[in-house]
Amino acid sequence: MTIRIIPRLDIKGPNLVKGIHLEGLRVLGKPWNFAYRYYQEGADELIYMDVVASLYGRNNLTEIVKKTAENIFIPLTVGGGIRTVEDIKTLLRAGADKVAINTAAIHNPDLIKEGAEIFGSQCIVSAIEAKYMNGRYEAMTDNGREKTSKDVFKWVQEVVNLGAGEILLTSVDRDGTGFGYDLELVRKITESVSVPVIAHGGCGKPEHITNIIKKSNADAICASTIFHYNYLENYVNSEEFKEEGNIEFIKQKTNSIVFMDDRITKMGINDVKKIVTEAGAECRK
Amino acid sequence: MKDQKITIVDYGMGNLFSIERAINYIGAKAEITSDRLKIANADKLILPGVGAFGKAMDELKERKIIEAVYRFVESKKPLLGICLGMQLLFTESFEFGHHKGLDLIKGRVIRFRDPDPNWVNFKIPQIGWNKIKSPGEEPWDYWKNTILESIPTGCFFYFVHSYICVPENKKYSIAESEYGKDLYCAVINKDNVWGCQFHPEKSGEAGLKIYRNFLKI
Repeated sequence: MTIRIIPRLDIKGPNLVKGIHLEGLRVLGKPWNFAYRYYQEGADELIYMDVVASLYGRNNLTEIVKKTAENIFIPLTVGGGIRTVEDIKTLLRAGADKVAINTAAIHNPDLIKEGAEIFGSQCIVSAIEAKYMNGRYEAMTDNGREKTSKDVFKWVQEVVNLGAGEILLTSVDRDGTGFGYDLELVRKITESVSVPVIAHGGCGKPEHITNIIKKSNADAICASTIFHYNYLENYVNSEEFKEEGNIEFIKQKTNSIVFMDDRITKMGINDVKKIVTEAGAECRK
Repeated sequence: MKDQKITIVDYGMGNLFSIERAINYIGAKAEITSDRLKIANADKLILPGVGAFGKAMDELKERKIIEAVYRFVESKKPLLGICLGMQLLFTESFEFGHHKGLDLIKGRVIRFRDPDPNWVNFKIPQIGWNKIKSPGEEPWDYWKNTILESIPTGCFFYFVHSYICVPENKKYSIAESEYGKDLYCAVINKDNVWGCQFHPEKSGEAGLKIYRNFLKI
């Protein structure tokens, strides 16, 4: 089996952002520039997540997806703020191949069922945000902000039974921290379902990748910070950022990257694929 | 290449727009249609498809597209089936019951054998990248003048499927892939009828190459 390497791009308004624990967002740049670079470097898929859509009840991803899909020919999963079958249709028309659904599915699980019946299970990714509290993993919504009191292991069975074709499993505790994937969470979830599981949240260093390959059965690994910081260091064209409004982080990027340096090793797609191969798994070359 | 047009059959199944974008990207025109005359008289035809086999055949019947596809194939111009669109080219499928296909290529569509009891190593559906290779010990230029021309053996493509095509005559399988316990047909060709089990429009530069080759055929 070939392990897929998937950069995740968190989107706020027109910008690529990244937070810690899915909060404290920083603007990094235009998502399609990062996306195109990752495509060229050999990313196996891409995930776009509109991280505030659920909160503000709006859908503005369509234009960004359209622009991205013009010159990128790998699967693109888009999530954030999807509430209806019509929303799914709009995103697929714009260029998404799959949609990731979390908040709306918690409130209305039939959306997964309906989506799978109309567009096929391969199109419906269940995004699950797991947070460890009171001795168990609880499913969260609205990008890790809201509790649901749903047990993650029960919820994952439910979404698979409803027809979800893949699980995008985020550890809210680890996201953006660079402390490594939550191996126990990923292992337990992959063992409990028959559909592919994408591990996400916490990847910061090469050993995190080695560990997730050797100690879990994740079908795909998803990361963002390591790729974005690598992009910023190697490819940032300052012209691109002049037009932006909130670019405090970019202006101070040197300092900020130094700040994260102890936790984050900047890596390109090929660096990650090399580590996966060395850990004994296969990657697309 | 600029004036070349590829017609994509629209029968309500699957995402046709990513195929359209790929065709536009390589500099050809794409026409998405369910019009029988346009299908029958196309220069080059793509039969796409994502979803269930039985429903797809029902949709084709309901739109009265099947006859148009047959007429197109009789014209000897090239037809390319993609994913479910490739499976529909075969005689019959055993996906959720038993369904008759277009029967342009003799053979069956069956489910992957259950890979392992605990689903750890190979899951169904296969979702992801897999290598294709020429069947047997073929010469290096085996794929010359096919849609796979100048694609290296061992090249990766993006697959999403639970069912596989088994042609009666193995010689029509010009590329194979391996998944779980199955060595299966990844690319089929009989005369002017072609099919890819994977999605070229989602397989990066190698996938775009397949569309470029299809234009040249």
